[in-house]
Parts: sequence; structure tokens; C-alpha cells
Amino acid sequence: MDIRTTGGPPSAEEIAAVDGFLGAPESLWEGGARVEADDHLAYGGLATRSRRHLLLPVLHAVQDRAGWVSRGALEYACRRLSIPPADAYGVASFYARFALDERPPLAVHVCDDIACKCAGADALCDALEKGFGPAGVPGASGSAAWYRSPCLGLCDRAPAALIERAGKHHAEARVAPAGYMSLSAILGGRWPDSETSMHAQPRKESRLLRRVGVVDPTSIDSYVQAGGYAALRRALELGPDGVIREVTDAKLLGRGGAAFPTGRKWDAVAKAPARPHFMVCNADESEPGTFKDRVLMEGDPFGIVEGMTIAALATGCEQGYLYVRGEYPQARGRIENAIAQARAHGFLGADVAGSGLSFDIEVRRGAGAYICGEETALFNSIEGKRGEPRNKPPFPVAVGLFGKPTLVNNVETLVNVLEILNHGSAEYAKTGTAESAGTRLFCLSGHVRAPGIYEVPMGTTLRALIEMAGGLREGRSLRAVLLGGAAGSFVTESQLDVPLTFEGTRAIGATLGSGAVIVFDDTADLEQVLLRIARFFRDESCGQCVPCRVGTVRQEEALKRILSERNQSLRETDIALLSDIARAMRDASICGLGQTAASAIGSALIQLKIAGVN
Amino acid sequence: MASGVFVGLPRRMVTVTIDGVDVQATEGTTILEACRGLSIDTPTLCQLENLTPVNVCRACVVEVEGSRVLVPACSRKVEAGMKVLTDSERVRHSRRMVLEMLASSVDMSLCGPQVRGWMTQYGAQPQRFGPGAATVAQPVKIDNDLYVRDYSRCILCYKCVEACGVDAQNTFAIGVAGRGFDAHIATEFTVALPESACVYCGNCIGVCPTGALMFKSEYDMRQAGTWDESQQTVTETVCPYCGVGCMLELHVQDNSIVKVTSPLDHSVTAGHLCVKGRFGFEFVQSRKRSE
Repeated sequence: MDIRTTGGPPSAEEIAAVDGFLGAPESLWEGGARVEADDHLAYGGLATRSRRHLLLPVLHAVQDRAGWVSRGALEYACRRLSIPPADAYGVASFYARFALDERPPLAVHVCDDIACKCAGADALCDALEKGFGPAGVPGASGSAAWYRSPCLGLCDRAPAALIERAGKHHAEARVAPAGYMSLSAILGGRWPDSETSMHAQPRKESRLLRRVGVVDPTSIDSYVQAGGYAALRRALELGPDGVIREVTDAKLLGRGGAAFPTGRKWDAVAKAPARPHFMVCNADESEPGTFKDRVLMEGDPFGIVEGMTIAALATGCEQGYLYVRGEYPQARGRIENAIAQARAHGFLGADVAGSGLSFDIEVRRGAGAYICGEETALFNSIEGKRGEPRNKPPFPVAVGLFGKPTLVNNVETLVNVLEILNHGSAEYAKTGTAESAGTRLFCLSGHVRAPGIYEVPMGTTLRALIEMAGGLREGRSLRAVLLGGAAGSFVTESQLDVPLTFEGTRAIGATLGSGAVIVFDDTADLEQVLLRIARFFRDESCGQCVPCRVGTVRQEEALKRILSERNQSLRETDIALLSDIARAMRDASICGLGQTAASAIGSALIQLKIAGVN
Repeated sequence: MASGVFVGLPRRMVTVTIDGVDVQATEGTTILEACRGLSIDTPTLCQLENLTPVNVCRACVVEVEGSRVLVPACSRKVEAGMKVLTDSERVRHSRRMVLEMLASSVDMSLCGPQVRGWMTQYGAQPQRFGPGAATVAQPVKIDNDLYVRDYSRCILCYKCVEACGVDAQNTFAIGVAGRGFDAHIATEFTVALPESACVYCGNCIGVCPTGALMFKSEYDMRQAGTWDESQQTVTETVCPYCGVGCMLELHVQDNSIVKVTSPLDHSVTAGHLCVKGRFGFEFVQSRKRSE
């Protein structure tokens, strides 16, 4: 394809960043300098165009090096990958983490989402605004700027901040809990000390967390010593059909939020006639209040790699992708290390564990888009496109990544597979309830004494779970619990005895969702929380379909009016309007984001009687 | 010896029930096509016969038995035994909301009579979102002599992007940029069209349903208050430039060509033209030529 670029040339630094990832261009057709042969031979065909999926990694390389993506850099990336500049601009401008205007190399992203709000994020942002100017505007020194960010998945240590420093030695760090003193030192140029890892406390009864905090997450030897790769050996003995039978018999339901039977999904991919098959691990955990997959990736990366390998071999996939959200630098590092070590030890590659079967994994890094946790949006993102969900059907098991049958599993789901193979499906299904087998990870945050990850058998009550996290602080009473994150719904004191199962929560009109449990005591400003949720969906809507693109904006506008309006009859008109908007979003949106964008706000107005709603 | 020509597998017929009426449809056709076969009027904004369905406007949603959410008729294929409701309260509610949401955020005053008809039919009242409702209002972009882009009229139906891309022109001068309510049609870094890859085929204008993209000639006449479709005639002819044989429709007002289109169902053009056929008509009315 002829790529017409009219911007200025890229800087030497930007060229180095792109070429550092792609290798030097071989001809004019690949964005290099003109050599005589280029006049006679063209290399712009399918081979070049098929590298389009490298667009996001290339943009990351530029952003990491220069701190932003200039027109020259974007157009150079377009020439290298044979992508029309307007198309690539559409992609780059879709993702919040890619800056298309020049900005300082040091960026401090301060989370002001639900859990961090409960821990004083608003006061922190106000202080930063006083000390360093408004969010997104470089301070006096011009070398640093701070930004407001949606949930960073550090809700157990709220309020949280993510620090990025662009340059030849790009670095990322997290500060949690973050205070004005620590962030102002960083904005002043002092790099934070290396963080202390905090993991869930392993308990005797831990299953999914059994290796977290026990096994050295950077060493495959430590993993193997702790029983690692026994599940893969068992899987190779059982063969693909046997593995799928075990997973089906265990009644494992997906842990990403949709609770689809894992065995049925595996079976459908295994039987899909088109080739090749792809395996995708969805690690784009972005639901506010959710951090279980981060804890697993940081604490048990080999377990996830082993789980992906088993899933891939059972369903005939030779290539796997793990799509991890951009805000998880440590998880990404640990997973990349685990993949490299597994490859070096023969657990990945052309001959997995001597089986003669081939499987390998590539890590892909998200760039700040909640919607990319939706499986088809995630495919588009891996393919180097805007993270817009696709219409279903066709479903991923038939037409998925690169248009091929694709198995998508959440991180926690894959760790469950190891439990099933190590202990047998019958043993696995003994835990939990008849319809919801096994244990489940819950992410407790907000106003509990000990926020963190808690693993409990399915069917444990919400009350018991909150007790496990130390309950509320002295003298406080419970106002509400947000179950399932921003896409979930609020429940109240009277519903605390709900058994945490897929069917139990469904019966009270709630959902387990991603396992987020955000607790609010009587000090919580729930109106501010609702406004944050409304802003979250407005910010994170991909903008593709009308009900969600306009609906999330109209929802926020109506909510603002409802919360500030004192005239009851005007307020009731707006509440009716909000309910009309909610219904259309739920019924007519393309994907789960729009379909659930009104659920938390609607449940709050009804359950918590906010604004006098009955 | 002559070899056989593969003409594709025979298509099966399936029976679907639409609003209680059993209808035979060819497997692989969409619910929308089946509805049109029954003369059921279905509102569509982002759908066009000559473009790949993107199902983003959600105006055509219908209720399908067994489906948790409504489904877009424009892209969902019929299946044997499918039961479809096109006029249930649920369907009417979503269609009304979609029309209200669009009309409250976008200037839809230049949409055709069909769209205005749907507004009335579904009882859309865009003003109920209040006077403070966010809109996409913005200045008109006039950066070339051939066409004008007024994105305050853009409902983001993706049609122009498709026509500029693989569905017609393969030029890729424009794309969807940004996200959410800020999503918009743009060239790279919103550079002016002459700086972009645009080849001025005008196929984006040809598919635009809202007047966001417009011939400069039409725009100027509208500004001057002289545009009057009731005074226009349409003359069909064949493009004089090359040998492809594109059919042109010359829209003429006051004995001057004011716009050139091509029918969507034309076997050669499928509604699409090139810069010469679309804009190269000045010589017809050149004074020098007649002298």
C-alpha cells in the first residue's frame, strides 16, 4: 500500500524506539531509505500488511522512549507496518495511555476511582492541584505532570498511584498507599524506592492462592519443587478429550464475570474445524475494585503459564497471547520472565514437555482501555485496531482472534484448571455448591479493616466474607456493598446473608461479576461514588454504538441533576428519564459495557433510596 | 475439455417467524432483508446495501426469542425457527431512545423525510434530555474546493470510513478517532483534507445520511438560500471520462449541474464514483465551450 505521510520526519530517538522493536527496515517499502532495488521490486504486499498487529507494541515503544507519540513517530510506524496514518491515528487516540500531544517524560497517574475515593483520593488530588496545578498540565519545572486515572487495581493499598518515566531507561513504579508527601517528592524528580510486594496471606485452606507468597514467583525451579507442572503431565496423560472431560465434570464456570461453563467452551474450540486455533488469556483486569488477577500474576505467574499451556494443548492451539493491562508493570514483568523460563526448560516451544506438541505465548500490553477486557474488543486490540467490541454471533469459539477459532479464558479460570487436574474433577466439585463449584477469589476494598484478596468456597455468605476482612472499623455501621465493581450492583445490610454463588447473587438481582467487593460504611459519600461510576462509563465507552456512546453521557447528566435538584417533581422526571436510558442501554448496546453501565447507579437509587427514590 | 464452473453451494431456505407470520428466507440473509420482504418498515441509519453492516446505530434492533438482549436486524442472519418481534414495546422503546439520543446530540435537520418519519412514528422527543445536554456542535470544516465537512451533523454511522476504506475506495484517508462521546471522524492528527490521503472521490458524501458531508456547490447554495430540491431535475447519463461505464445522475437546478450521484443498485458503480465522474462536470456548463 502506498502510505502518504505529510508530517515532519521522526526524531532519531523515535526511529530508534520503533526500529528497536521491529528491527531496521530492509527497503523503502518498509519505511527505510531508498535503494536502487526499490525502484524495481515492491515489498508492500500481504507480508508487510500482516504485521499490522504490531501497531500497539510499536506505539508503546515510542511512548516509553519519548513520553508521547508525535505525528512524525506515528507516521514512521505507519510506513514500517504499512498502515494508513488516519487508521493508526484512530487507534492511537482510542487508548488513554497514548499521549498525542507533547507532555513531560514523567507522568504520575493518581487513581481517583471508587476504592481510592474511600481512602482519601479526592483530598490527595485537591492537594496535588494546589501544589502542582491542574491534572494534565505540566508543573512549573515542565518535567513532570500528574493525571487522574481510573482504577489501577491496587485497591488493597488505596489510594494508589502509577509512575511512568519515559526515556532510554523507561521505568514504571507504583506508590500505594500514596500520600501528598510521597507524590510531591516524585513530581519533584525523586524516583520512588522499590516497592515492597504485598500479597494475599496464604492460609492453610488456600487452593488458588496456594503458591502465592510461598513460591518464588521469579524461579521455575521453585515452582516445580512446589508441584508445578504436575498438572501439565497429568493433562498429557489424559489427552485433549480427557482434559476437556475433567474440566467439564468439575463444572468450572469462567471467573472473568460472565460465568460461562469452561468445559463447554474448550470443547467448542477443540471441535472448531477452521485452523489455526488461538488461545488468549484475558488479563486485562480493569473492573474498578478488582485486583485478583494482578495478585495471581505477581505471585503465581508460572501457574498461569501452565494453565494456558494445558488449555492450548486440549483445544489444539499453537499460539497463545496473554493480554495484560498496561497498568500492571510488575505482573507483566513476572509473566514475561515465567514465559522465558518455561521456554528455556522446554515447557513452551516446539516440543512442550516432550509431547511433540507445539505451543508458545506472547505477552501483549494494554494501553488504558477498560473495554479491552471485553473479549472481542481484546481481539481487535491484539490485531492492532481500536478496541471496539464486535457483534456476537459469531462467537469467539468459531470466529475470534484474526478471524480464527479462539479460546479466551480469564487468569483465575486457568488457575482453577490446575486444581482440577491435580486433584481430580470429583474432588474439585466437592467444594462450593451444586451449581457453582470450587472456590472463588474476592477482592475486598473500601471500608474494611483488612482489604485484600480472600479465597472462599462458593456459597460463603457476603457477611462472612466481610468478617474475614476484619469487618468495619470500630463504631461504624454498614451503608452498602458494591458487588461486582462498577458494572455490578449495590446491596445493603439486609442482603448480607446472600450466598456468594452465581445463582445466589442472581436471585437478589446482583452479580458476582469479577469478584470485586467494595464496602462502604456510614462515612462514605455515596453520591460522589455514583458520580464517579457515571464518569467512569462515560470515559470508558468505546463510542461505537449509540445507546452506550450517548447513553453514558445522558446518564451522567441526569444523575447530576437528580443529585442537585431539590424540586421533587422535576427530580422524578429525571429519575424516569434515567430509567428509560438504562433500559435502552441494557437492551440495545453491542457489548457488556453498555449493557451494565446503568446497573450500579440504578441499584443505588433503588436499594439505597438516594434522592428519595422508592 | 471444458471444466465445470463452481457457482457456490446451494442455499437452503429456512422458515422464520416475524411478528407471527411464517416466512421463507434464504439462509445467510439478514433479518432486515427478511423484514423488507414482508414490507415491514425498519429504521436504519448506519446500514446501506453497498457497505458491510457495522450495526452501530442500533436503530434497527429487534427482539429475537431466546436472546437476552435485542439484536441488530441489519447484520444478524436468519436461522431456522427464529422468532422475531419487530414492533414489541421493548423494540419501540430502544428505537425511540436511539433516535432521541442522536437527535439530542447531533443536528439532524438535513436528514431525509424517512428519518423524520421514524422520529414521529416512535414518538422521539429529543428535548427531554434538557437544554444542557451535551452535543457534538462544532465549526464547519471548509478546507478544499470540492466538499465541506460539518461534523456537528455527524451521527458516527461509520459509512464514510467504510466507503473510504475497503468497501469502496481503499484510500483510508479518514478513520474513527477518539473514544466514547468524543469519538469522531478524522484524518491523521485532524490535518486538513488536502494534506491527507484523500483523493476526492466523494464516495463519503455519497453515503452520508445526515448532510455532514456535502458538495461545496450544495453547501454554497444552501448558505445563499438558493438550494431548492423541488426545482431540481435528475438526468441519467454515462460518465464521459473513461471506458468503465459508470452511470451518473446529474442533479440540475436552474440549468446548472449542482450535484452528481450514482444509483446504489447500479451494477458497475454500486453508487461509488471517482473524482472525475463526481466533480469533473464544470466543462459541461463552461461558457468558453459554448462560445
